[in-house]
Amino acid sequence: MSLNSSDIEKIAQLAKLNINQDKQADYLKNLGNILQLVDKMQTVDTDKIAPMAHPLDGMQRLRTDEVTEKNQRKVFQEIAPATEAGLYLVPKVIE
Amino acid sequence: MHKKSLTELSEGLKQGQYSSVELTQYFIDRINTYQPTLNALITVTEESALQEAKQADELIKSGDAGDLTGIPIIHKDIFCTKGIKTTCASKMLDNFIAPYSSTVTQNLESAGMVMLGKANMDEFAMGSSNETSYYGAVKNPWQLDKVPGGSSGGSAAAVAAKLAPVSTGTDTGGSIRQPAALCGVTGLKPTYGRISRFGMIAFASSLDQAGTFTSSAEDAAKLLQVMAGFDERDSTSIDKPVPDYSATLNDSVAGLKIGLPKQYFDPGLDPLMAEKIEQALDAYKKMGASIIDIDLPHTDQSIPVYYVVAPAECSSNLSRFDGVRYGYRCQQPKDLDDLYKRSRSEGFGEEVKRRIMIGAYTLSAGYYDAYYIKAQKLRRLISEDFKQAFSKVDVIMGPVTPTTAFNIGEKLDDPVSMYLSDIYTIAVNLAGLPGLSIPAGFIDDMPMGLQLIGNYFEEGKLLNIAHQYQQVTDFHRQTPNL
Repeated sequence: MSLNSSDIEKIAQLAKLNINQDKQADYLKNLGNILQLVDKMQTVDTDKIAPMAHPLDGMQRLRTDEVTEKNQRKVFQEIAPATEAGLYLVPKVIE
Repeated sequence: MHKKSLTELSEGLKQGQYSSVELTQYFIDRINTYQPTLNALITVTEESALQEAKQADELIKSGDAGDLTGIPIIHKDIFCTKGIKTTCASKMLDNFIAPYSSTVTQNLESAGMVMLGKANMDEFAMGSSNETSYYGAVKNPWQLDKVPGGSSGGSAAAVAAKLAPVSTGTDTGGSIRQPAALCGVTGLKPTYGRISRFGMIAFASSLDQAGTFTSSAEDAAKLLQVMAGFDERDSTSIDKPVPDYSATLNDSVAGLKIGLPKQYFDPGLDPLMAEKIEQALDAYKKMGASIIDIDLPHTDQSIPVYYVVAPAECSSNLSRFDGVRYGYRCQQPKDLDDLYKRSRSEGFGEEVKRRIMIGAYTLSAGYYDAYYIKAQKLRRLISEDFKQAFSKVDVIMGPVTPTTAFNIGEKLDDPVSMYLSDIYTIAVNLAGLPGLSIPAGFIDDMPMGLQLIGNYFEEGKLLNIAHQYQQVTDFHRQTPNL
């Protein structure tokens, strides 16, 4: 599957990354090479094979529905870039 | 003193030949001497190390010391350590002081180990050469213009250079075994789920597994003993009793059936490397083991599968870095989208961004089945190959890497050629099996590794098989001239 510049922009949008104009060609080349490497997968017929999500077919464990963690907001917010009154600050979303 | 193994140092401490404070100061002095050359560490925790050593000495005096009490260790900077900078070798986490500790580091601390610092690594564990670190490349102690391997390059280089007797690492596609091989140390990647992933910064959650760097299998057994076990805070942790790994080290390997996968002796393998593997197999034959040819027919699919599964999980895991709750935040974002995009673009390095992009693409609408589901199906076939093999043999052996350490800068501009160097290690992660790399010789004065692959939860057997080899060889005792 080959990519073009608009694909790179679309993927960057999904990944929430900015790709500078001068890096576009690099990304096109490297991502193209990786996808070419990956395309080898299509040479094997896997129609009747079940996908493997866990090497030991482990299942999600369930626990009783009770509070086990205490609130550590203050500790966690000490390492946040911007907080105020216990809230995380981000640029204005709604005008 | 630095040439002593963990086991020997532990004896010395118990017999009062030296204190943990003396031992700790000794290794800190070595770090201060060699760190400028090797760049193996990101953070040195001298002050807290000496405090921990003092506590360990009290424990030793009181007679309550275990095998690990008072022994210095270096942790890969992917493990959260409370109150101490935990960077994952990324600008994104350059200012991150972990608010809690990983289960791995906590267990080792509770066993009385003394943390000397945090090891350099590839950024977010993505790389095979330790060149993608925000803090610069690590040098291979055997030859300074060579890479130490990656992603746990700092951990491997530190043990090879004896900046600490042992260290921790993580292995997602070979990140313990490959640097262990390239630096000439013993590197163990246990079964997926054997060691808790809690507090270990996630790269590809279905592959990531913590493990050890040591100078012998005997030392690895002691570390694994404390690191292994069920942890309810890790949803993929396996609830299974932990055997006594040291108790079986001296078991005989007579009658052992060693599987040799023909796919691991492909044209990409350096003939000199193949020769060294043959010599190691001869040593096992002398001890009464037999060699059986086996087939792992889907080996050539492991790199394509890995480069779908790992980037997909990476793109999902790394979506948490948003410039809001912790980590790097860009200056003066003009809106929320700009905050996300610039924080991430400025905070992540090139290789990390590349993998996030690949993952975002393969998981996007319309491509998910063709890539991720297809890869997960092939993953089952790769895993079935091993199941078949282990019905015939006790252990699989082969090379860890196609060549010894390559030059710094040699593969950095060509990601695909870097990816291809992981051909012999990746399938083990996809299947979730335990793997071990042990020093088995030198090619042009550079160390190489023999890989041992075991069945699920057979770490004890792997360590036993490795220990027996280390009783009749001394490659693991060689140290670089620094």
